[in-house]
Amino acid sequence: MTDDLATLQAETEAALAAAADLRALDAVRVGTLGKSGALTALLKGLGAVPAEQRKERGAAVNRLKATLEAAIEARRVALDAAALEARLAAERLDVTLPPRPFPPAGAEQGAIHPIARTIEEIVAIFGAMGFALAEGPDIEGDWYNFGALNIPDHHPARQDHDTFYVPAGPDGRRPVLRTHTSPVQIRTMLGQEPPIRVIVPGRTWRADHDATHSPMFHQVEGLVIDRGISLGHLKGCLVDFLRAFFGISDLPVRFRASYFPFTEPSMEVDIGWNRKTGELGKGGDWLEILGSGMVHPRVLANCGIDPREFQGFAFGMGIERITMLKHGIPDLRPFYESDVRWLRHYGTSPLSPATLAEGV
Amino acid sequence: MKFSLSWLKQHLETEATLDQITAALNTIGLEVEGVEDRGAALAPFRIAHVVEAVQHPNADRLRACTVDVGDGVLRSVVCGAPNARTGMKAVLGLPGAYVPGTGIMLKVGEIRGVKSEGMMCSSRELGLGDDHEGIIDLPADAPVGVPYATWAGLDDPVVEISITPNRGDALSIRGIARDLAAAGLGTLKPFAPEPVPGVYPSPLRWVVEDTVACPWVLGRAVRGVKNGPSPKWLQDRLVSIGLRPINALVDITNFFTFDLGRPLHVFDVAKVKGDALFLRPGHAGETFLALNGKEVAVTPEDLVIADAEAVESLAGIMGGEHSGSDEGTTEVFIECALFDPVRIALSGRRHELRSDARQRFERGIDPALLPDALEAATAMVIALCGGEASEVTQAGAEPMWRRQASLRFERIAGLGGADIDADTAVATLERLGFGVVARDAARVTVSVPSWRNDVAAQGSLTQAPGLPAERAQAAAEGCAAIEPECDLLEEVLRIHGLDRIPAVSLPVASPVPRPALTPRQARAVLARRTLAARGMLDCVSFGFLDSRVAARFGDTPAALRLENPIAADLDQMRPTPVASLTLAAARNAARGYPDVALCELGAAYRDITPEGQLTVAAGLRLGETPRHWASPARAVDAMDAKGDALAVLAALGVPMAALSVTTDAPGYYHPGRSGVVRQGPKVVLAQFGELHPKLREELGLAGPAVAFEVFLDAIPEPKRKKKAAPDLPAFQPLKRDFAFLVDTGVPAENLLRAARGAERTLITDVALFDRYAGEKLPEGKVSLALEVTLQPREASLTDAEIEAVGAKIVAAVAKATGATLRG
Repeated sequence: MTDDLATLQAETEAALAAAADLRALDAVRVGTLGKSGALTALLKGLGAVPAEQRKERGAAVNRLKATLEAAIEARRVALDAAALEARLAAERLDVTLPPRPFPPAGAEQGAIHPIARTIEEIVAIFGAMGFALAEGPDIEGDWYNFGALNIPDHHPARQDHDTFYVPAGPDGRRPVLRTHTSPVQIRTMLGQEPPIRVIVPGRTWRADHDATHSPMFHQVEGLVIDRGISLGHLKGCLVDFLRAFFGISDLPVRFRASYFPFTEPSMEVDIGWNRKTGELGKGGDWLEILGSGMVHPRVLANCGIDPREFQGFAFGMGIERITMLKHGIPDLRPFYESDVRWLRHYGTSPLSPATLAEGV
Repeated sequence: MKFSLSWLKQHLETEATLDQITAALNTIGLEVEGVEDRGAALAPFRIAHVVEAVQHPNADRLRACTVDVGDGVLRSVVCGAPNARTGMKAVLGLPGAYVPGTGIMLKVGEIRGVKSEGMMCSSRELGLGDDHEGIIDLPADAPVGVPYATWAGLDDPVVEISITPNRGDALSIRGIARDLAAAGLGTLKPFAPEPVPGVYPSPLRWVVEDTVACPWVLGRAVRGVKNGPSPKWLQDRLVSIGLRPINALVDITNFFTFDLGRPLHVFDVAKVKGDALFLRPGHAGETFLALNGKEVAVTPEDLVIADAEAVESLAGIMGGEHSGSDEGTTEVFIECALFDPVRIALSGRRHELRSDARQRFERGIDPALLPDALEAATAMVIALCGGEASEVTQAGAEPMWRRQASLRFERIAGLGGADIDADTAVATLERLGFGVVARDAARVTVSVPSWRNDVAAQGSLTQAPGLPAERAQAAAEGCAAIEPECDLLEEVLRIHGLDRIPAVSLPVASPVPRPALTPRQARAVLARRTLAARGMLDCVSFGFLDSRVAARFGDTPAALRLENPIAADLDQMRPTPVASLTLAAARNAARGYPDVALCELGAAYRDITPEGQLTVAAGLRLGETPRHWASPARAVDAMDAKGDALAVLAALGVPMAALSVTTDAPGYYHPGRSGVVRQGPKVVLAQFGELHPKLREELGLAGPAVAFEVFLDAIPEPKRKKKAAPDLPAFQPLKRDFAFLVDTGVPAENLLRAARGAERTLITDVALFDRYAGEKLPEGKVSLALEVTLQPREASLTDAEIEAVGAKIVAAVAKATGATLRG
């Protein structure tokens, strides 16, 4: 680099360092790159350079121009940040001051999400049948989500689950976003001795996204383990729940043989409705609503429970699905969009929590 | 799995109606997905004879026809089709018939003065195709009066059922027939193919290198075949269940895949190099062109079938183009093999190849059926394509599949809750193919049929690692003893019908239930309710979001990034629900709702451990408070967020006086307008504040935005102890105000705490009711006014006592904060 260019670079960089605010920075910019700036003058002067040196000189000047532009921009970013920092410091508020004694709006403006409401209702009804609430993590070990539930690696059922994975941990197995609430069955059986009666509402995840599937949704799992629990109890428990939840004392409920790896025998459960009108309870059509069965002996044994001594049942159903049916909500997607218009429309008052005394 | 009623009846002798069959299928666990019954829709359309077709007197393009539909009545029908002519056989719909292709209900009419008592239809009008050139023109021998659908073979309803993963045996029409017979809907017809003698040695032999992956394989050739289109009955069968006929040899293999659930493959002998077919692992770098037109690169984990030179097929999953049969095939080699289901499942998944063969092999097929299936296939090849069969060549042997299972009859009620007598249970098992080995009053022991590999199957437990050895062993022994019995019980119950089992309400341990929620769980519900009661709308958002957005709200470790996100902007487990709420607020603002208050009770993910998945009550307010004549609108501010956070903590029973606020909230908050609520120096219960202006700008939030997070897991378990007796002194409290001048940087909390501590027996409350900073005060100073409540207990306070307390307060505040009393 020729001396004059080196000098210009040094001078400009010094001026930039000295520029304490955006106004000073702009002055440097104009003085260098502006219409009559020093570097602009060099560019203009290229015409006077002898032809054999012009190419080399031109390249050097342009390199310098790029260098200085970058330096000016860098300084601008730094000054912006400093200005913001100064502004934020000046805006400081004493956050130890007591807040106002009242919120900007009251309970009449707020609402509980329909999913949360349904979970409250589920807990109220099953609570009356002696169930306790159990919970488990969303990011779950592969063994809890599959292996312990009698779904080995190669099982065709694994493919139906569209599982989300996060990177493998130290044990080399990839944790999953739980595809169902059933892993909490396992956690419960490992965490307490029978008799067990738990209900497990929670978030579940599957890689499926369209009008009727959401990659995150909610399920509620039920598990009963005791001596002498039969499939008749499973049926009674579900019929009692469905009739209470939908508020239809003679809701038709149908049980069909099916298969799940973690129950045997397994049953799918339908409720009676009218396909055309969507009305529940009559109409002669059947709507599949949940899966259930007697806990598979392998699942019990995986958790150290001797199936000769204890037996029980489990079931699982989609919370969004029963919410949509109960309230006639036509579309799944708005559940997760946080659109205030939808939330106000379908939300419920925080002042009327679900209790059996007031009615669910 | 689809099947037509006529195909089913090849295996099932039954008088049952379609409705009875579908109802039974649903009951026994073969769920009906749909029924296509074209015959029902076409029932009113009958074959008719056009006795006479003459020119319509009043219309050039119409014909006036006299039509006989075999009921002794000649009808007048006006027809516009160019091919309507005297003597033809056509398809006639009478008044009252619904025309499926046009959606019209036929009625008697008059067209330009000529009566028309029906309609002769085109293919399109009957919904059978696109042909609308003219009406259907039937052969002269078509029987008049017979329903057209019956004559044309269209009255064969097709049922589609979904097969659960355990029922490989029901992926065959014979298997479905067997189940229906067991359910009492008819009799299963016998299946015992005549052996076809081999007249020459097989030109190919099997070499099995991996007998675990392929325990047994049979094959034989048929020479002198003439391959071409298969006969109509076979094409109709395949078309009815949605398969495309290819040529006779291929159609035969597809037929047996569905008929017996027995996938077969045929090789063109002329195209096979050498005299052997090898069942061996794939070699690295080997590829073959599969029948779906895709090049498959096999791996050493795959089992392939290869000739001397190259891979010919991926065993049990898909054949190759190279050695497939075509019109030129004259000698064919039929493969009938047994593969390890796990190997097939893993290979199929590895190559993402779906096929009818894979579907059956990975569920396990009947290991005893191979010889019979090969005989039946050979017979059909010779029947359809001619030729003569070679001897059967085989490698490996029929695997040991015979096993027994026992059922104690008391378990039918004990586990199943059903009232089924022992004879009925045993009869059901026998109809399903189980053989009674022994029986007494208490139990029956049966042999398991070869096709039911789901019953009394060998399987391994994956027991929890931390179980005590003795307990684990007892459980494992219990499982081995119980599981086969459960399998049998399931069979008895499903054929009986689970719907028939009486429902019994669960007995309750106590008539008044204990709380369903633990105190910790109840807190979460209360937190949500508290926030909604403060005018917030409760939201549910996805727990994952765009990693670039997430990074603005905290750490985004790779361990919390999805390996297979469903969309690029849903790839990172969120560090806080505030991130989701911020995006939601921006969406609402974009819809014209700039003033929102949103909350969510959701997870914040720190790591993959259960403890690293926090339960957080979060909220966000954006824009302004509501406009009202009595209290004007204002921008939301950090104190709103603090109010929300403290309201939750108060509702959850946190002792509020012990909390302190520090100013080290995370970087997504405004550094000067945010705080961290702490209990003691270490425990962070909440954080709140204005969102950082830079963040707001980046995420497109126009208005002021404030947010908070309450970490519910950090709140100690509430203590369930009785409250102390209330403090109800007999004397009136009195209030005194103090205004202090203090450096702007001093937290107000310090003054409050100092004033509270000045005289604990008398001071019951200290509240800050005014804050003033402005021209009348020295630079850098602020005036804070406190209202102190004094509660006399023994006697009313004298002026001197009040003064003394006042002095103590001033001194304590001055000492703690350097504040001075304003004059």
